[in-house]
Amino acid sequence: MRLKAAGVKLGYGERLVVDGLDLGIEAGTVTTIIGPNGCGKSTLLRALGRLLKPQGGEVLLDGKRIDRIPTREVAKILGVLPQAPTAPEGLTVADLVARGRHPHQTWYRHWSSDDEGAVASALDMTGLADLAERPLDELSGGQRQRAWISMALAQGTDLLLLDEPTTFLDLAHQVEVLELVRHLHRQAGRTVVMVLHDLNLAARYADRLVAMRAGKVIAAGTPHEVLTEELLREVFDLDAKVIEDPVAGTPLVVPIGPRSHSAAPPA
Amino acid sequence: MSATAVAPRLHGLGPRRITVLLALVAAVLAAIVLSITIGSKSVPLPDVWHALTAPTGTENDIVIRSLRLPRTALGVLAGVALGVAGALMQGHTRNPLADPGLLGVTQGAAFAMVSSIILLGASSLLAYIWFGLAGALVASVAVFALGMVGGRGGPTPVTLALAGTAVSALLYALTSAIVLLDEQAMDVFRFWQAGSIAARGADVVWQVLPFILAGLVLAMLNAPGLNALSLGEDVARSLGQNIPRTRAVGVAAVTLLSGAAVAACGSLAFVGLIVPHLARSLSGTDHRWLLPYSGLVGAALLLLADVIGRVVAPPGELEVGVVLALLGAPFFVALVRRRKPVRL
Repeated sequence: MRLKAAGVKLGYGERLVVDGLDLGIEAGTVTTIIGPNGCGKSTLLRALGRLLKPQGGEVLLDGKRIDRIPTREVAKILGVLPQAPTAPEGLTVADLVARGRHPHQTWYRHWSSDDEGAVASALDMTGLADLAERPLDELSGGQRQRAWISMALAQGTDLLLLDEPTTFLDLAHQVEVLELVRHLHRQAGRTVVMVLHDLNLAARYADRLVAMRAGKVIAAGTPHEVLTEELLREVFDLDAKVIEDPVAGTPLVVPIGPRSHSAAPPA
Repeated sequence: MSATAVAPRLHGLGPRRITVLLALVAAVLAAIVLSITIGSKSVPLPDVWHALTAPTGTENDIVIRSLRLPRTALGVLAGVALGVAGALMQGHTRNPLADPGLLGVTQGAAFAMVSSIILLGASSLLAYIWFGLAGALVASVAVFALGMVGGRGGPTPVTLALAGTAVSALLYALTSAIVLLDEQAMDVFRFWQAGSIAARGADVVWQVLPFILAGLVLAMLNAPGLNALSLGEDVARSLGQNIPRTRAVGVAAVTLLSGAAVAACGSLAFVGLIVPHLARSLSGTDHRWLLPYSGLVGAALLLLADVIGRVVAPPGELEVGVVLALLGAPFFVALVRRRKPVRL
């Protein structure tokens, strides 16, 4: 178990979003967290990446409490890409990716050949080597997102947490980013946890799905186990048909409409 | 593009950056020469050289050594301090319109100065400056502490700005009340508020020097952290940056730098606001270069503004604070009106 949440209580101020949740992330898997808006999936991801301190319970990284490991050491094991990050104007792709080496640098030792190699290979892997000198503002949404992922790669961690890496991207660019994630996973056995909104893409690109509602994990397992018509009703209040994706063989959600005869209280 | 072609830029030590640095140093040296030679009393260059190398107590020797040298040294120190403090402030708040005054140092210094006059009977420039410095430090510690109230994990740029505004407004009101009651306090306050580097002796320079040096060391230690913070707090944290500590070091540096400058020279509007923008257009977003560039641009700008103030209204002089405001206001309007606001 690379990463584990044990009885975590998460929230902002007085309001608890997640109240006592357990989740384990296995090494070498791609896990995708799904759920309706406001269910606490991003909050959970932020806690797993020690961006948010739990008000109760604990997060374990490789068996150790993540808040007891110096943050710089965590940064050498675990990379987090938050939702819709922003960069200062005029920052080039190469500069952004180079900042991914931050945890490996000290004030007196700025730049080593390790840094050099990590940045070059991160640029290569994301196909951005030719755009390295371009300012980030001039790139398309998909290219920009690849640049941020490239920064997280340059950090050199084999554990990556991505919060909605496909937000604001059109379908082609979403697929482009997710193919990159799959490549990173297959090629170097990286462990990836991400939050996605598109259920069909989630099913296609994840080994494991975690479905959340109102701060609780409702189901966790393979896409086939999790993405059922009952679950969609329970988690999303959605009536839908689930058929086989003719391309990938994974479950494909075809919505019918909002849940009609509601037995549960409305969300 | 091959990795090797990218390499020099990634090192952050491109030859261009060194060239710009040397050019800025040359600009500061040129401004120093102008500041020593130009003034209401014109001193021929050979006499300047004479005064600097082998003074014999002539009138020109005295003008150069006891008036122009300290004035120039203070201009360099204040310019460096305010330029660097402005760049730190804009970096920490990620706000292109932020200025070191946000931390309440200006009003803190003013309040402590006028209080020292009416309560303790302070009457020397050195005493005013010690009190001003203490007031600036106390005010910014108060702002920092207030900014932490309610937020966990240290103050945020927003809570700092709110606390700074509140503390500054309170101190300003108290200062106004005092100067209305006390004529001597009013006189000191008036001249201090205009902002000037003139008529301060070498002792003032030595007085503020250690604070500014300490502030500069903290500022440079803060540079890598600011680079991480410029990608947002979440990204900075995920890159392993300790955010509360980075903020505390930054606030300490801004306080020392701008507190010392403001206590010695009064409020010098716009330096901390404009200089980082000029420097950023030369350095890009890397704070390891932006901070030294800002210091050098600040020194050159402050000295040049002071020299302009000496020659535009003969036989009198215009305070450097007034010249800076006259030059700075149009620049500020242009900055605000820019179609695409600078995002930090």
